[in-house]
Amino acid sequence: MKQSIFKIIENTQLTSTVFKMKLSGDVSEITSPGQFVNIKLEGLYLRRPISVCDCENGVLTLIYKVVGKGTEQMAKMTAGEELDVLTGLGNGYNTALSGDKPVLLGGGVGVPPLYMLAKKLIAEGKKVSVVLGFNTKDEIFCEEDFKALGADVSVATADGSYGVKGFVTDALKDIDYTYFYTCGPEPMLKALYKVTATSGQFSFEERMGCGFGACMGCSCKTITGYKRICKDGPVLEKEEILWED
Amino acid sequence: MGRLSVDLCGITLDNPVIPASGTFGYGYEFAEIYDINVLGTFSFKGTTKDPRFGNPTPRIAECNAGMINAVGLQNPGVEKVISEELPKLKKCFNKKVMANVSGFAVEDYAYTCEKLDKEEQVGWLEVNVSCPNVHGGGMSFGTNPDAAAEVTAAVKKVTTKPVIIKLSPNVTDIVSIAKACEDAGADGISLINTLLGMRIDLKTKKPVIANKMGGFSGSAIFPVAVRMVYQVANAVNIPVVGMGGVSNAEDVIELMLAGATAVEVGAANLIDPCVCRDIINDLPSVMDKYGINNLSEIIGGAK
Repeated sequence: MKQSIFKIIENTQLTSTVFKMKLSGDVSEITSPGQFVNIKLEGLYLRRPISVCDCENGVLTLIYKVVGKGTEQMAKMTAGEELDVLTGLGNGYNTALSGDKPVLLGGGVGVPPLYMLAKKLIAEGKKVSVVLGFNTKDEIFCEEDFKALGADVSVATADGSYGVKGFVTDALKDIDYTYFYTCGPEPMLKALYKVTATSGQFSFEERMGCGFGACMGCSCKTITGYKRICKDGPVLEKEEILWED
Repeated sequence: MGRLSVDLCGITLDNPVIPASGTFGYGYEFAEIYDINVLGTFSFKGTTKDPRFGNPTPRIAECNAGMINAVGLQNPGVEKVISEELPKLKKCFNKKVMANVSGFAVEDYAYTCEKLDKEEQVGWLEVNVSCPNVHGGGMSFGTNPDAAAEVTAAVKKVTTKPVIIKLSPNVTDIVSIAKACEDAGADGISLINTLLGMRIDLKTKKPVIANKMGGFSGSAIFPVAVRMVYQVANAVNIPVVGMGGVSNAEDVIELMLAGATAVEVGAANLIDPCVCRDIINDLPSVMDKYGINNLSEIIGGAK
């Protein structure tokens, strides 16, 4: 973990509610895809946890959806402004378990952390399939970015306005895979838990206090004991997950 | 003795800054980013007789200038704290540590304190009779003078270490409870624990926290802490450890003027993990600004 000041390089709008922010700063603590950063914002008591979309050559990329006061404030920020950021938080995805044909499944704002993961898996010589799920065509982002990496990309929209009509689980039916990685809303994670034929890793979300393991605000029960989503997660392996309800 | 040092129940602290229980784990998360040996001491995560998962999530809600938590005393239980956590703590902290203890019955408190009494690194026992997040326990001992005295007496019987009773602000008459603890043999009083609070989500129209209510902390509660520390410090003849919304060196000095011998810092650690180190670094220049030579001289200075 490291606390440092990052400078905004650019902050661009991708869809009506989703923004992409690039920042420069000390990224030395960001060691694996699936980690997150925790951002301090003016006038808000708690920091805001945002997943890392990409991190290369001292540039941190975050893709975030405006859902409340914190992300509203971020959306209004411009190049040159500075942010106090805690980096190197969370365990991240483990690429060693992927086999040679992993599939990555992202739903909505769960898509961004899969970008850095796809990049790493492809660099390791694996054949990567990506399934992106959105409600409707207007909400789609990152499709071209994954294609540019060389991934085999399919898109599902709930209303059928683009790609496969339905959910990521529908698009998954035609894909041959050795392992899966996912991030997205909990109903999607639960559905994937049921239909997937292999092992895999899930990234979870929870309301956090600190984001670095001190307050026990985001604990969950797993097969292997109590875990803190912020510190022992956010990525859990399929075999250790205990659904609460 | 340096100009920041204070004596807390017979043990000299290099400075009065103490991360509060539940906001600092067992220290090692923070030792990743700074040398925690700069601290006066710290109060480790509340420990109970048996292991506890705590409350369901969400456990956290944000407020203006503060937060609400309903963690519910998650901890591995005293046996594992001693066998697993304290050895890790010892590797990153070489001073006496404050052991924070909670319970659900008088015997639980005594059991846990007796175990921790045998640990050499434990300097003080901070006995929490004020957790608002656990049904049927914790706070109920701290809202009644007789019950608080009973816990104090039971703990005093099993330890020779200084016993500091941590009180709840969610009471009508804090002074009578503090006095009851003093009469029962307490070596010190710490206060305030969190204020019972609640938030409701306008979108879902339900409480934000699964436990519905939780403990409100953060800079918003600082004036309540100053008032209660002042009241208690003027009523008892044992040291008072002040806490509640402290986030900078000025707050530390203000609570000491109100009567605190040492000052705990809670929620601020969760937002700025280096805040206690920064406060300690800032204290000398803030003392200069206000003409203070030694911190030990200002305790209870506001009359």
